[in-house]
Amino acid sequence: MNNRSSLGSKLVASPYIVWSVLFIIAPLIFVVYYSFTDAAGNFTFENIMSLSKYAPTFLRSIWFGIVATVICLLIAFPIAYIISQKTEKVQRTLVMLVMLPMWMSFLIRTYSWMALLQDTGIINNLLGKLGIDPVHMINTSGAVILGMVYNFLPYMIMPIYSVMAKLDHSMVEACQDLGGNRLTVIRRCIIPMSMPGIVSGITMVFVPSVSTFYISQKLGGGSFDLIGDVIERQFQQSYNYNLGASISLVLMILILICMAVMNRFSGDEEGMVI
Amino acid sequence: MKIASKIYAGLVFAFLYAPIFVMILFSFNTTTSTSVFSGFSLQWYKSLFEDEATLRALYNTIILAVSSSVIATVLGTAAAVGIDKMRKGPLRSGLMATTNIPMMNPEIVTGISMMLLFVFVGRIVSDDAVLGFGTLLIAHVTFNLPYIILNVLPKLRQTDRNLAEAAQDLGCKPVMAFFKVVLPSIMPGIITGMITAFTLSLDDFIISYFTSGPGFQTLPIAIFSMTKKRVKPDMYALSALIFVSILFLLILYNLAQAKSEEKSKKK
Repeated sequence: MNNRSSLGSKLVASPYIVWSVLFIIAPLIFVVYYSFTDAAGNFTFENIMSLSKYAPTFLRSIWFGIVATVICLLIAFPIAYIISQKTEKVQRTLVMLVMLPMWMSFLIRTYSWMALLQDTGIINNLLGKLGIDPVHMINTSGAVILGMVYNFLPYMIMPIYSVMAKLDHSMVEACQDLGGNRLTVIRRCIIPMSMPGIVSGITMVFVPSVSTFYISQKLGGGSFDLIGDVIERQFQQSYNYNLGASISLVLMILILICMAVMNRFSGDEEGMVI
Repeated sequence: MKIASKIYAGLVFAFLYAPIFVMILFSFNTTTSTSVFSGFSLQWYKSLFEDEATLRALYNTIILAVSSSVIATVLGTAAAVGIDKMRKGPLRSGLMATTNIPMMNPEIVTGISMMLLFVFVGRIVSDDAVLGFGTLLIAHVTFNLPYIILNVLPKLRQTDRNLAEAAQDLGCKPVMAFFKVVLPSIMPGIITGMITAFTLSLDDFIISYFTSGPGFQTLPIAIFSMTKKRVKPDMYALSALIFVSILFLLILYNLAQAKSEEKSKKK
């Protein structure tokens, strides 16, 4: 009986096993294959060698990704804490309000920011009415980072909040009883306990920020090319799949390295919260 | 401190909703301008319902989201049941690691990797372009699967294994026992996973962008090609309608949840 059911369980999972080999593993093998071949299918190192000219773009992507992630963390931590202190009913409503924007097309929301940030846009119109000279905001690196922070902020708030909502309040009280003032309680007690949420929030913001391509085109006006833009062009404009594949391969490896470094710094927190 | 935290929360929510407010406001504008509001009109809503390409894209998006989330739910639930019963070993840990790949990889890499596979196989199989509904469906099922599996697995772990055995002792065949005992107890996980998959599929742009062809456009792709030029405010009107319907659904969902919680408290 037991043997039959364990065989049965493998049979039940087998469609998924086949599916994941065909559509998760095989595509990644194709990325490697295209990275090391030329358009005719011959083995070559040329794609990888030519990547050095994209080094500034890689660096800019990683730098923008780090800045956006840090800003998201600074904004999200207090708001997650504030939400977690409310009554259950209010918490539910506020969480809903945090998630609601994510269900809108991110293309439209980013486009909306263009309307807000333009030289003759809404923010400058309002400033003008207050008698303040227009501020140039669109097509700056700040606008690109703002777009990243805006689009991925909920991914930082949610995991931190869900850890904080489950925090053991007796621990926090014990910390206060032991004479901790507000700041000490936050630094020594709440931050360490929310670490799993912070780590998964960082991952969920950093990965899409580094690899984005739409935000930089719309809010950066084309002068802040990110690595995602370069990849997109290889596949949708210049049809150089081999070069595109090799850039993607390097991007994938870079992100893995960044994640490994971060996991080292965050200690041995294993439980990822999604 | 109380006031400071209220102001802070207000600012964060203002930031999150600023572009959405702009979008809704200008969907009622009389002109195509997205920075000067010149007067109230419903013309963009009218032109939205007359624009067949957009409605077609909306229809395509819903068909794709429904079919991909249903297929992923069936495949993923079966996979979770199988994985749950597997002994710890290379097969199990390998499968779990593979399941995490689509969630950890940047979306653009997932998108281009599938595109490479489709294009390569397509060249061998036929001369026609392969990218279309079929490839989109495969891509969407693939990125939906992890969310089903990771929602169902914890529920399976919580299910008492003795229950299924008890059902079998009472004369149920194993398959019957699964449908009568195990399935009801993991249902909440299946439903959460399916809703997540459905919404992810509705909203996906990046992976769809690389795996779709000109023959089958979804709404995010249609929006993308429009934002290359100037967005007509009828896109704003459509987004405003989507926003209002999601808001409505969420409020309903929350009310239902609050009610069921009250009931369970009374018990």
